[in-house]
Amino acid sequence: MTLSDEAIARLRRLDDRPDFSGTRYELLDEIGRGGMGIVFRARDRELDRDVAVKVTAWHTASDAERLRREARTLASLEHAGIVPVHDVGRLPDGRVFLVMSLVRGTRLDAHAPARERADALRLFDRICDSVAFAHECGVIHGDLTPANIMVGRFGEVRILDWGLAGGSEAGGTDGYRAPEQTARQFDTRADVYALGVILGDLTGHLSPASRPLRSIAARATAADPDSRYPSVAELAADVRRCADGQAVLAHPETGLERTARLARTYRAPLVLVLTYLAVRILLLVFQRPS
Amino acid sequence: MHFPATRHSVVRDLGSVDPAVRTAAYDGLVRSYWRPVYLYIRLRWRRGEQDAQDLTQEFFARAFEREYLERYDPAKARFRTFVRTCLDRFLANHDQAAARLKRGGDFVITALDFGQADAEIATRAPDEQADPERWFHREWIRGLFGEAVETLRIRAAAAGHARAFALFHRYDIDEDGGERPTYAALAREYGMPVTGVTNELAWARRAFREIVLERLRRICATDGEFRAEARDLLGVDPP
Repeated sequence: MTLSDEAIARLRRLDDRPDFSGTRYELLDEIGRGGMGIVFRARDRELDRDVAVKVTAWHTASDAERLRREARTLASLEHAGIVPVHDVGRLPDGRVFLVMSLVRGTRLDAHAPARERADALRLFDRICDSVAFAHECGVIHGDLTPANIMVGRFGEVRILDWGLAGGSEAGGTDGYRAPEQTARQFDTRADVYALGVILGDLTGHLSPASRPLRSIAARATAADPDSRYPSVAELAADVRRCADGQAVLAHPETGLERTARLARTYRAPLVLVLTYLAVRILLLVFQRPS
Repeated sequence: MHFPATRHSVVRDLGSVDPAVRTAAYDGLVRSYWRPVYLYIRLRWRRGEQDAQDLTQEFFARAFEREYLERYDPAKARFRTFVRTCLDRFLANHDQAAARLKRGGDFVITALDFGQADAEIATRAPDEQADPERWFHREWIRGLFGEAVETLRIRAAAAGHARAFALFHRYDIDEDGGERPTYAALAREYGMPVTGVTNELAWARRAFREIVLERLRRICATDGEFRAEARDLLGVDPP
């Protein structure tokens, strides 16, 4: 049998296209897919607005349960950085769907790299703020990657794909998955690990390289969870210290580094004092009686 | 991580010491690869129909005789990339006249429908023809999916799901000038509730995907390659 290109495209991408004919939603197009499900842009006919609809990709009972849990998890979080859930339902074929706000913006991995370290660190701080809030509510993300962090036009951050409310499923994405996730036993420090990798992604291209930042990322991504920052809030605090020119916990400074950091931080008063001293010395020299 | 013992790979069987197993493996490989190989020779190497047909047969026969494909190293590339590389090398070194005289050996290739492949080329715009690598990949997918649909038809009939296959064919494969039938229209056409259509389609699609993954597993050498191909092809992480 020879299939047309159109049929192949349907079989590749639309093999799970669900039937929403009995609902208020009209599917428009696919906007993403991952291990857990496919996300469509859809029209909410009742409220006349576009929404994002996530549908399980595999029709197993555990997947359906997992998605329902994601809905409950998301519904319990009210934060500007976390995408709200509007509705949850079930399709005739048994699959669960989740209706969320349609997030506009750019995925972090497609977002233009920050030119200034301060901009990158501000963005990172916003990401940490959302994750720390979720942790306070007892929710672990478990799969933080640049692909599920959206950045809006004004630098606002939205985190997608919350789904692993407990620490009993591996989840995660290669490169961002904490080592202990493979053993399916992890806590909020798995998110600290992923954030450490993301910090490297956000700042790795900036020059000159910052040793304190590298130390922060290294501590956040330590293989042993006990060697990492105990919380996202503490990771964020250390990054803020770095941004403010203060000493960071992750990096014991040498005397030279401390002097250089203080010189950078207090550059303006230092220049004034040095200028003053230079002028005084010159005056002393030239006013000395001949 | 390796394939579990029950999961069979024809790529690994290419190196079997049992001649029957090895021949069967090559046969499976030819079924999956002849179209991309033929079209690649026609477009990338700009050979005429007869020449390309001879070279396609010759490539597989030579590969069988000289054990080209047994040298595949999964650490270096995906198997389909390796096949294309071997094909380029084969064509670059080919002495056409001598090779055609020697064609054959112990491996007999089943009849291949070159006419249909040529008809496919004729329908394409020249700018589409300009990227033979894309053709190779696309035809590889077309071959894989075509076999999977045929297998699904047979399995559906045997399992009492002939209607599921008919709906699947109607909704996901048939061409109706670009306009897809709605589930409601299919329900009317087949005299069943809409939920029946969704359930039948769900069965057929799930079975189709399982067959594709099953075949993909057979033509990949390692679990890692299989998973990477499955992600590229269907956007899924297989269980």
